[in-house]
Amino acid sequence: MLTSIIQNLFNALQWGSFYSLIALGYTLVYGVLLLINFAHGDIFMVGAYISFFVTAVLLGSYTVGLPFALSGTMVLALAVPLTMILTAFVGVMLERIAYRPLRRKGVNRLYVVITALMCGLILENGNLALLGASRKSFPEILEKVVYSVGSFSMTNLKLLVIFSAILVFVILQIIVTRTKIGMAMRAISYDKFAVPLMGIPIDTIIVFTFILGSSLAGLAGLLFAMSYPVLDPFMGSLIGWKAFIAAVVGGIGDIRGAFVGGFLLGFIEILVMAVFPSTFRDLIAFSILLIILSMKPTGIFGVARTTKI
Amino acid sequence: MLLEIKDIHVKYGNIEALHGISFHVNQGEIVALIGANGAGKTTTLHTITRVPPPEGPKVTKGDILYKGKSILPVEAHILVRDYKIALAPEGRHIFGNLTVEENLILATYARKDKAQIKKDYEKVYDLFPKLTERRYQKSETMSGGEQQMLAVGRALMTGSNFIMLDEPSMGLAPLLMYDMFRVLKALNEEGMTILLIEQNAHLALKFAHRAYVLDTGEIVAQGNSVELMNNPDVKKAYLGG
Ligand SMILES: Nc1ncnc2c1ncn2[C@@H]1O[C@H](COP(=O)(O)OP(=O)(O)OP(=O)(O)O)[C@@H](O)[C@H]1O
Ligand SMILES: [Mg+2]
Repeated sequence: MLTSIIQNLFNALQWGSFYSLIALGYTLVYGVLLLINFAHGDIFMVGAYISFFVTAVLLGSYTVGLPFALSGTMVLALAVPLTMILTAFVGVMLERIAYRPLRRKGVNRLYVVITALMCGLILENGNLALLGASRKSFPEILEKVVYSVGSFSMTNLKLLVIFSAILVFVILQIIVTRTKIGMAMRAISYDKFAVPLMGIPIDTIIVFTFILGSSLAGLAGLLFAMSYPVLDPFMGSLIGWKAFIAAVVGGIGDIRGAFVGGFLLGFIEILVMAVFPSTFRDLIAFSILLIILSMKPTGIFGVARTTKI
Repeated sequence: MLLEIKDIHVKYGNIEALHGISFHVNQGEIVALIGANGAGKTTTLHTITRVPPPEGPKVTKGDILYKGKSILPVEAHILVRDYKIALAPEGRHIFGNLTVEENLILATYARKDKAQIKKDYEKVYDLFPKLTERRYQKSETMSGGEQQMLAVGRALMTGSNFIMLDEPSMGLAPLLMYDMFRVLKALNEEGMTILLIEQNAHLALKFAHRAYVLDTGEIVAQGNSVELMNNPDVKKAYLGG
């Protein structure tokens, strides 16, 4: 009994980590632009595919390969930054092509949100058109190591996932609360007009925000693909929605909210599955989140229209 | 001439707000812009700061020279970073979700001169002791007058030597208002050039070296403060007889 509870806790932490990593991207962009970037779930999907191609090249299992063989850890050490950089590039492209022109025209935020939804659909269907409907199976990079203490066990991959999410959270929290660029990010959501008057280039800060958010989605994509090695073009959709809801329940715009909200969702899901048939998972999980939201509409860490991020 | 506005026309959408105004500010001067509500005073300052549309106005004709060079193509943040021109905007526009100190830190975003920044902090806290007390407080929880001090303090923290102030006395109790003007005078004596908008024409003329009177997008009177104070039209329209 106890072992199964602890085993479930680890699973919850792992799923919570995925949700958190993606929710952080939603919350960052929202915290700066007050824009719900509905394409973010699909950036996660693109990140998973990018990681697939990056690792394939690094492992030499693709048409173009490296002239020398790399160890598994080495492949991972290279795949993480490469995936993050390339995924960040996709996020920045979206900002440039789709969101910035609308911002320049000063259009109502609703249109930007609709544009974000369309961008997500374009990413999904673009992928479908380019790579076809067949699923890709992700290669095993890290040799699986199982640590067992007493009667319960933990894999190195799960530890890596959880550790990454915590590390990312701590780094983001420091950036947002302690650095000038983080202050500028918070300032933009409060009063965009005054930001350039401080000598701050707004566009640079916004691009930086998209780089942060998308690179995290890329990292999540890589870790997810390593954990559940089957990729398809629509994999980002449901998980993206869930992470978005996690961010809202945590208090969208607040880094801590996204982190806590992601883990909360992970725990609720695993808990529901431990008691009910798995088909009940999303129904009950979302009902619980709905109750939390109706009790505190601004989310756990949300304050009505003051601190964003 | 430090700043020279030459026959500037600007529009918001299709409506022209300035119909060709010209004026200048010399190094070390205090120049005031006075005029009724809606005359175009704020528009004039926003034109100079290069805040882009939709928030800012669009220049359709004329030129703005700073130290003899046109600043029309310059981006708003570059104007602060490289040209050292600051604006304490109308309505304060402080970052209410940040603390007082964070607001001041943010104003140094583009600066690299660490030693001078440190001196400037001390100076601002010295000029506005209220801000020292409120240092770690979220700035939106301060009173309107305190927020006004922060807006001016923040403009000073950009390290600019030319500063534009849009109704800095707004919301200040009379005593604090005189304090504010004393502070500005002291800064000017240290070499700061000031372009000021002030509703209270008496106060403005007492404080400034020269002034321009704006009326519905045009300059209708100008001169040094003494001349304007004795100008019968100005007296009647802005000084209450
Ligand atoms: N963002 C804007 N969009 C459209 N019209 C504007 C905008 N800002 C100002 N105007 C118009 O331009 C004209 C000049 O306004 P401005 O704010 O410059 O006046 P002001 O002299 O600063 O007045 P006040 O003393 O009330 O501050 C007004 O008719 C105003 O309605
Ligand atoms: Mg005004």
